[in-house]
Amino acid sequence: MRYQLIGVNHNSAPLDVRERLAIPESRLPDCCRDLTAHPGIEEGMIISTCNRVEMITHTTNGAADLRGFLHGHFQLNPEDLDAHLYEFREKDAVRHVFRVASSLDSMVVGEAQILGQVKEAYATARAVGSVRGQLDRLFTRAFAVAKRVRTETTVGSSSVSIASVAVELAKRIFGSLQGKSVFIVGAGKMSELAARHLIAHGCASIFVSNRTYERAAGLAQRFNGQAIKFDDLYDSCDKADIVITSTGSPHAIFRREHGEQFLARRKNKPMFFIDIAVPRDVSPEMAKLDGIFAYDIDDLQQAVTSHVADRHKEAELAEAIIASEVERFEARVHALDVVPTIVSLQDHLETIRQAEIDRVRSRMGALTPEQEMAVEALTRGIINKVMHTPITTLKTAARESEATTVIDVVRRLFNLHEKEKASASQANGEASSKKESETRH
Amino acid sequence: MSLLWLRFALACYFVGLIYAFFALRRTSDLFSRIALHAASLGMVFHFVSLVELFLSGQVARTSVDNAESLLAFLSMTFFMVVYAIYKTTSPGVVVFPIVFFLTFVAAIDEQPVLRTSFVQHKGWLVAHIILIFTGYAALLLSFGASLLYLVQEHRLKSKKPSSLISFLPALEVLDQIGYRSLVLGFPFMTLGLITGSVVAMSAYGHVDFTDPKIFLSILMWSVYMIMVFTRWNSGWRGRRAAVLAWVTVATAIVAWVANYFSTMHRFAS
Repeated sequence: MRYQLIGVNHNSAPLDVRERLAIPESRLPDCCRDLTAHPGIEEGMIISTCNRVEMITHTTNGAADLRGFLHGHFQLNPEDLDAHLYEFREKDAVRHVFRVASSLDSMVVGEAQILGQVKEAYATARAVGSVRGQLDRLFTRAFAVAKRVRTETTVGSSSVSIASVAVELAKRIFGSLQGKSVFIVGAGKMSELAARHLIAHGCASIFVSNRTYERAAGLAQRFNGQAIKFDDLYDSCDKADIVITSTGSPHAIFRREHGEQFLARRKNKPMFFIDIAVPRDVSPEMAKLDGIFAYDIDDLQQAVTSHVADRHKEAELAEAIIASEVERFEARVHALDVVPTIVSLQDHLETIRQAEIDRVRSRMGALTPEQEMAVEALTRGIINKVMHTPITTLKTAARESEATTVIDVVRRLFNLHEKEKASASQANGEASSKKESETRH
Repeated sequence: MSLLWLRFALACYFVGLIYAFFALRRTSDLFSRIALHAASLGMVFHFVSLVELFLSGQVARTSVDNAESLLAFLSMTFFMVVYAIYKTTSPGVVVFPIVFFLTFVAAIDEQPVLRTSFVQHKGWLVAHIILIFTGYAALLLSFGASLLYLVQEHRLKSKKPSSLISFLPALEVLDQIGYRSLVLGFPFMTLGLITGSVVAMSAYGHVDFTDPKIFLSILMWSVYMIMVFTRWNSGWRGRRAAVLAWVTVATAIVAWVANYFSTMHRFAS
């Protein structure tokens, strides 16, 4: 596992540092190419979002100079940058990638966008060929881990912003928001944001009312809605299923008698009041009516705070999943690492066996079919017995951390490096002579 | 043999009963799926049990256990229809215990049999039983939905953050389940009473409205009609709808008990 990772995120670096390292989408392919061209880097991928810039690589020896790449590429003074960088290797790098994809390293733990951003970065790097076997394996697993975390924990299921809590509550009351109507009372920024969220979830008709009619008209125009004069508020408010109110009125503008009128005109169909005004626009007496659901800013904020705490609690479960997934990934990578060595060893001993049989044949002359079979069985038996212990040792080591050492020892003992180099150069030679002959033709 | 199949069904419904106890505390998709599959399997056994009963000609014998078994099966059918439309198992919180109780009583022992003087009007009698029990099943489901509506309304009114993480469907969905079950059940109940009157007229030559069973059945039908009317006309829901549903179900239970005292419609010992 020669994975190496370097980067900055919202915890390690202030915005001005992250800004200097941020890579626009259009430049990402070139940066990936530059990264893989850096000495010691076999494969590389870059994740660049507003909260993080990270370079994930697979290197030749597990100790590539990634800081050097950053200093050179971004023309930054090491003193300004190094204090904000974090660097992970091998297992720690794998864990970090799993955590990022699963949104455990995000500013808002459990937010869903990061997985999409990582997938986009992966697709870009793959398209330019800077992600191949090793990083491909790592990220394919990271996406599966992220899915597992989402399925087995509720880390991303609760809403953690006022607007999204309002949408959730509206869905608890009305089910689907398709075709529901929204009444905005008082044209404030917060109401506008909440209305945008509701429209994004299917709310159709929008009504806006404000003491200054022109402001109401302006906002209604932006939403393709209808402006209502403030004097007509109580006559038209019952048209809406959801009312977002944020006036600067010193007293409640929606009182019990208004609620009773609305419900009577709506045949008791429920109404949801999102009251983000301080002081409140909806009187507590009206909120007690059956069919009126009124949430003020404190209620919404309380839900947000509680959900954030829930997410952190669920994140602990997610961390346990990631720890076990890192172990599994490591074991799988080690298991894959020993496969080429086992194949090389088998090839090596088979070559020796064939050479020895040929030598015997040339010395003894033609053998009878029975003799051929006996020699074949005898030599195969010897080879299998000789190979048994090294192969078993390699397979056992693959499940443990000492895999690299054992692989190295076996390769040295049987001189597999030299053999592979020789066969590789032979293959290259054949390929180039073939190319030459094709060119001549 | 019919009883054996019914006992298999009972074992499956037991899973649903366990689900009903735990579902209010903690949601679990896996448990919902298990309960749903167990309930479906239970319905298959239950159906086989009823078919065997029908083929043996015992439906017209109308023993209490047969009646309870049929009501349980129809309630489960309604539950499954609701699941198919709304993809929610939450009405099971109310339906599963009732179905389990009815099946349990039906599966344990031989019960008194309805007086068999109607045997010459077998077709009308079967129609009466099926129609009236379909009406009962719809009423039970509507009652369950109105209870769940109250629970969900209370959660949303309490403004606790946990109100967002609830296994219950949205208020409007619960309201639709309750209202549609009610509207669907009403014609069945009405036709059930009409067919019952036809059977009584043929058997006795008149309908005695002072008979406790007849009186309470008409009272139940009247409350049922008021409930449908107020829901349709004034959109009554929440507490008021639940109270009306309570009254209707309570009247239905009292009307059922009246079978033991009625002279026209009673269980023979």
